[in-house]
Amino acid sequence: MLTIGLGHYLTVGAILFVLGIFGIFLNRKNIIVILMSVELILLSVNINLVAFSATLGDLTGQIFAMFILTVAAAEAAIGLAIVVIYFRNRGSIEVEDVSTLKG
Amino acid sequence: MNWTLALPETLLAVAGLVLLLVGVVPKRDMTFPVTMGTLGALLVGAVLVVATPDGMAFGNQFISDSFARFAKVLILLGAASGLMLALDWNERQGIARFEFPVLVLFSTIGMLVMVSASDLITLYVGLELLSLSLYVIAAFDRDNSRSAEAGLKYFVLGALASGLYLYGASLTYGFSGSTNFAAIGSAVSTTEGVSLGLVVGVTFVVAALAFKISAVPFHMWTPDVYEGAPTPVTAFFASAPKVAAVSLLVRVLADPFADLAEQWQGVIWLASMGSMLLGSFAAIRQQNIKRLMAYSSIGHIGYALMGLAVATDTGLRGVMLYMAIYLVMNAGVFAVLVSMRRQGKTLERVEDLAGLGRTDPGMAAAMTVFMFSMAGIPPLAGFFSKLYVFLAAVQEGFWVLATVGVLTSVVGAYYYLRIIKVMYFDSPAGALDPRPAAVSMVLAGAGLFNVLFFLFPAPVVAAAAAAVAALAG
Repeated sequence: MLTIGLGHYLTVGAILFVLGIFGIFLNRKNIIVILMSVELILLSVNINLVAFSATLGDLTGQIFAMFILTVAAAEAAIGLAIVVIYFRNRGSIEVEDVSTLKG
Repeated sequence: MNWTLALPETLLAVAGLVLLLVGVVPKRDMTFPVTMGTLGALLVGAVLVVATPDGMAFGNQFISDSFARFAKVLILLGAASGLMLALDWNERQGIARFEFPVLVLFSTIGMLVMVSASDLITLYVGLELLSLSLYVIAAFDRDNSRSAEAGLKYFVLGALASGLYLYGASLTYGFSGSTNFAAIGSAVSTTEGVSLGLVVGVTFVVAALAFKISAVPFHMWTPDVYEGAPTPVTAFFASAPKVAAVSLLVRVLADPFADLAEQWQGVIWLASMGSMLLGSFAAIRQQNIKRLMAYSSIGHIGYALMGLAVATDTGLRGVMLYMAIYLVMNAGVFAVLVSMRRQGKTLERVEDLAGLGRTDPGMAAAMTVFMFSMAGIPPLAGFFSKLYVFLAAVQEGFWVLATVGVLTSVVGAYYYLRIIKVMYFDSPAGALDPRPAAVSMVLAGAGLFNVLFFLFPAPVVAAAAAAVAALAG
């Protein structure tokens, strides 16, 4: 019988974190996908924190996770607002179009 | 509960909420009164910061010491000068809204909390309050597609940096058993050998903070955001948040992670070297002066990090001194950039300064002072900022870093001197619009500081030394 320990949770967290990073850098389609990747990164951190918190028998990690959830909501709201004003100006949210500023 | 230690932050937060109401309730445009109210609140905040005693508050999550006070005074100064530069610019640009000063105020509170943090959670809350406000003001000129693009790029990379920070913080928490800096510090020093989890954790935290200070290799957002954001916003980005993030990096590395110095010194060494090289060489071919200032700021961060790589008291004192002088130089340069406007149209190219020596000798003289100062030519303030970090590097035998620093400042001098050449030796392209009084004040203040610093360096140097002493003790 396999017991699920800290190592398994950390592995899931690490996999989600890496998926999130790759989602930001390899994504060539849509800015909304980038916002989803950012959320994935934040949630992978939450898994880490809660797993550590349970293992250490210390509540700080769970409190930290609550803070992250709250801030993630604010961050998503601001991100979507910026995407909206960007769409109004350009009429597109393709990642490849975000390239006027360069050099 | 010693909550009075956080009185400056509390006061500014209450002021921010009141100013929001003041902006919304009356039927007429309240931008000017709200800006003045914000400047007043920043001034009162600075007085309170200076009067705050040492101590810890909120269950050891918040620290007040001379390091925090030194950084906070600089941050408030940077925020105030950013607001003064924005006042007339926003109006002429048709984006004068009362939310702007309030957002600057909230980001300032975030910075104050950051430099006073002695816990990973406090640090995160401060960092996010800063970042969320900055994302919005980067895109503040919302009908301008370049500003919207700058906001979008800043948001995506800033959110990524927050994610990196959190991942590092979670590992640090897991492997040290606490989020408190003092507890992390004792866990680091009592661990046998080097804990791999903690090393990975501190690496992620350093990478995230390197994003915020735009050190190589995490600098790629800087030129785009600086170019696209409205000019006074760029001025603000390049000043106060840089000071706050560098102070934070110094506190995190020199306090809880001091015993892992051998591990992070190499990382900072590479970041410093890369920033100095990229900052000087990439700026050479820039025609847009805001973009040029972005690369210049990357280079300056490289010099400041040199002191951190040395990691002695002298080195850290050099870092804080560098940031103080950089803040003032930067405010002066951006006061000139904000005044670059002809027939109501903003100008951003280096050639647009042509003949400024004849059309506006006063501003040209001030710009010359700032450019010489940024290039590090004695006896201007910029020379001393470089002197102190180079001194620390040479004392500790960081010869490669010091040599590269001297060579890159020679390369950097090329593009600073090019601006002076354009101002004095190219034929005038027409006079600029008259500049507003607030900008002239920033220009004169920054100019006088840069010219007169060598006569009275002692108070600033002593304050920086006291700040660093608080950190080590």
